[in-house]
Amino acid sequence: MATPKEMMSTWDNIQFGAVLPSFEDPEKKIRSKFNSYNYEVADWRVEKPVFNRNLCIDCDFCWVSCPDSCFIVEEVVNKRGKKQAKIVGINYNLCKGCGVCVDVCPTPIKSLLMFPEFVETQEALNKWPTKDNK
Amino acid sequence: MKNISNLKEFACTPDRFQGGHRLCPGCAHGMIVREVVNATEDDLVISTATGCLEVCSAIYPYTSWDVSWLHIGFENAAAGISGAEAMYKALSRKNRLYNEDRNVKFVAFGGDGGTYDIGFQSLSGATERGHDFLYVCLDNEGYMNTGGQRSSSTPIGAHTTTSPRGRVSYGEKNRKKDLTMIMAAHGCPYVATAVPGSKHWKDLAAKAAKAISTAGPTFINALSPCTTEWKFKPEDTVEIADLAVETCMFPLYEIEDGHKLTITYRPKQKLPVEEYLSRQGRFSHLFKPENSWVLEEIQKEVDRYWEYLLRREEAGV
Repeated sequence: MATPKEMMSTWDNIQFGAVLPSFEDPEKKIRSKFNSYNYEVADWRVEKPVFNRNLCIDCDFCWVSCPDSCFIVEEVVNKRGKKQAKIVGINYNLCKGCGVCVDVCPTPIKSLLMFPEFVETQEALNKWPTKDNK
Repeated sequence: MKNISNLKEFACTPDRFQGGHRLCPGCAHGMIVREVVNATEDDLVISTATGCLEVCSAIYPYTSWDVSWLHIGFENAAAGISGAEAMYKALSRKNRLYNEDRNVKFVAFGGDGGTYDIGFQSLSGATERGHDFLYVCLDNEGYMNTGGQRSSSTPIGAHTTTSPRGRVSYGEKNRKKDLTMIMAAHGCPYVATAVPGSKHWKDLAAKAAKAISTAGPTFINALSPCTTEWKFKPEDTVEIADLAVETCMFPLYEIEDGHKLTITYRPKQKLPVEEYLSRQGRFSHLFKPENSWVLEEIQKEVDRYWEYLLRREEAGV
């Protein structure tokens, strides 16, 4: 993704000690336009990881080893009343397709697999390997 | 100190290092930085020495940091953070109301070029003055941002652009500088080594939490496999880091008060170094018959160092 023209600035317009605030409102965690969360690196990717919620055991290994923080996490309360993270999806704007998450996934049939970029997510889920056909 | 018990709870932490930075796919810098900044709930002030992390996480007009972040030169990340710490102390002494209820911690990040070689004088100085900060060295064993030149962290036998392999040369000829022990010799209250990845995540997060909460200068040396210059596939980053620990090429230990050494992970069965070296393109020339003596040399050195760590832990001196 190219940087939007209106955000670009020439050298003579940048102030001394220019500060880029990452939040509009730090208390409410509203991200500003300068936060790289709003930047897309999706065009770096050749293959994309597809996430299968039905096979996931919520070990969160992918969350901790993702270098680009692209796993979307939801906080839920488990049976014992403790809070735990539930992986709900992948932020494809931030994913560079390195494949580390697929490598660390521990389930017998991986709940994350790499598919070519042009394959639709639903189509990929239908093609998922089964127990007999690993 | 944040209580880090299991990954399911730790994963609820909102990220303070955002994606959208331009580090290579599969770069371990992202994993290490995320774990270190998420390992505490205190406010952070961070300075980063010039290197891969600095040029990739703050490309104008974007910033990946959700914490206060300071861009600093190659040689003075530690000097910059000790200045920020001294300023904070002085202001809070003059004005008691200055951020009274907030606990501010100081962290500096540097690559191995900015820590082992260029930034070593400022790091040594800041440690000697006893400022309260954590320095994290992201050790990718060379100047990877500028095209893979050798640094004093490059291990024996590695091919880099300034220690090339060929008919006469077998790559880097000097052994890796043992910076962790040098920092321990400064008398730091806490010094540790760590690797990224899912297997040793707790090791790294717990060490970071402990180092941040410890008063005084602390240091963590984190191995950061570099997909581009170590020449392996991006998805193997975590495996390579784990192999470095399993073969004892990069043992995990911590040193408290400059002398009390504890090994935090013992491999069940120590693997031969070939397992680690054969996975990387930069060592591929060592598997030619004429270079087999270098492999033996590396194995001997690794065994000697591991034995030294075991004996030192046992002696408790």
